[in-house]
Amino acid sequence: MIKVENLDVVYGSKDKSNHVVRGVSFAVSRGETLGIVGESGCGKSTVLRSLAGLEGAWTGSISFDGKPVGKVRTRDELKLAQMVFQDPYGSLHPRHRIGTALAEPIRSMGAGDGWTRVAEALQQVGLPAHFASRFPHELSGGQRQRVAIARALILSPPILLLDEPTSALDVSIQAEVLNLLADQREERNLTFILVSHDLSVISHMCDRVLVMQNGVFVDELSRQDLQTGVTHASYSRELFEASFL
Amino acid sequence: MPDLDEMPVLSVRDLNVRFGRNSIPAVSNVSFDVGRERIGIVGESGSGKSTTGRAIMRLLPQRAGVTAERMDFLGSPLLEKTERQMGGLRGKDIALIMQDPRYSLNPVLTIGKQVAEAAKLHLGVGGKDAVARARDMLARVRINDPDRVLSLYPHQISGGMGQRVMIAMMLLARPKLVIADEPTSALDVSVRKDVLMLLDELVRENNSGLILISHDIRMVAAFCERILVMYNGRVVETLSRLEDAAHPYTRGLIAAMPDPKHPVRRLKVLDRKSIEVETNP
Repeated sequence: MIKVENLDVVYGSKDKSNHVVRGVSFAVSRGETLGIVGESGCGKSTVLRSLAGLEGAWTGSISFDGKPVGKVRTRDELKLAQMVFQDPYGSLHPRHRIGTALAEPIRSMGAGDGWTRVAEALQQVGLPAHFASRFPHELSGGQRQRVAIARALILSPPILLLDEPTSALDVSIQAEVLNLLADQREERNLTFILVSHDLSVISHMCDRVLVMQNGVFVDELSRQDLQTGVTHASYSRELFEASFL
Repeated sequence: MPDLDEMPVLSVRDLNVRFGRNSIPAVSNVSFDVGRERIGIVGESGSGKSTTGRAIMRLLPQRAGVTAERMDFLGSPLLEKTERQMGGLRGKDIALIMQDPRYSLNPVLTIGKQVAEAAKLHLGVGGKDAVARARDMLARVRINDPDRVLSLYPHQISGGMGQRVMIAMMLLARPKLVIADEPTSALDVSVRKDVLMLLDELVRENNSGLILISHDIRMVAAFCERILVMYNGRVVETLSRLEDAAHPYTRGLIAAMPDPKHPVRRLKVLDRKSIEVETNP
């Protein structure tokens, strides 16, 4: 479903350049959930942003569903992958009502004004339809993240890119959001890439985990490795021990 | 004179905090003692855990109504102290370590100036001596090359280092009670452990009491001798081990956390209605 080869991201130029992602390659098959784990600054979010088309400075090749995509995406390519961001406070426009925020992707894809789909989209993520007339500040953090998920799903993309979707939430709310994501994955046969620094969230959600350090993948762990605590690199060992005190 | 080592550092009975008149209490009837030990306060956002910490420091705004049957620090009531007396206690005898070093350090002063200021204020040493103390303290919190860090500004250091600087500043005066409010939430997992270990080591060395406020029940359980679980402003349970959890809220919290060793297809979510019934019979 997703294939990435030799992805390189460099910011700045010459002596001030910062090589953030160093030639990473990976593939994700349909319906699979891939986790990427690492410390802040290791380049995990940059990989995701390159996939989503938000990053302009990458080289290498990215293809969705067998078709290569470029730096500038067409509408059809954009529809393939949607993103959910970490901070639900920052990712929703504070002066747009929830309904406007949800209808926006449909309008910008030129598929009508989108209002007819808002109520359904809200119900799918377990929110009442009358929330459409509320503003983001009238919702709790968990509800806002549900809206962000609804907005990502409203175009029915086959791929969902999740950048720390629960790290701003309480554990009890985190459980609700993770369950929602798992349900939607099953219902729509979605392919996920989940980026997080929290190994327990990653191991709950993912079939396969890549451990990232300084812009390269240093380890790959299967679901079984995570359960039994097997690691193949010293860095992932360290991360493992630090996460479970 | 009572033996200072025997009596609790802090003793709180029926602490109540309300914001505004006739409003919902943010903290209601919270009672606990802190000896020379580490206790944890756990709860979700809005459970009143940080408000409790701030009420002890008397850092809540004027409009907050704080009442308590007893809130004694080393035997003397905190609520009767004047603002001036509190100013003498804060930082010197009771220290508060906050969540994000980026917001709690002054962005326009060097690390050296800020740590030395703590030394000047609480230890009564001047100029060069204060800088030397600051340097020693930075070395104590395992900052390599403290001389270089002294001349850096807060934006030039990492989050983990910033939190070490905060710990250095707060523990310089050897406070009797340290309140750490989510000290590691803004840090990476790999740095989290180091910061906690460091805090633990210094608190033990000074023989002080520590109140660790966090939402991460597992971390608190691994680190503290006693855990207070707060929900809706009340302490619903006091635990020494996670396995003993009996209250549905605590059990719900533990079950809501994904555990890689026991994978489940769906995580359990909190049943808030049954918790309400249990907490307000």
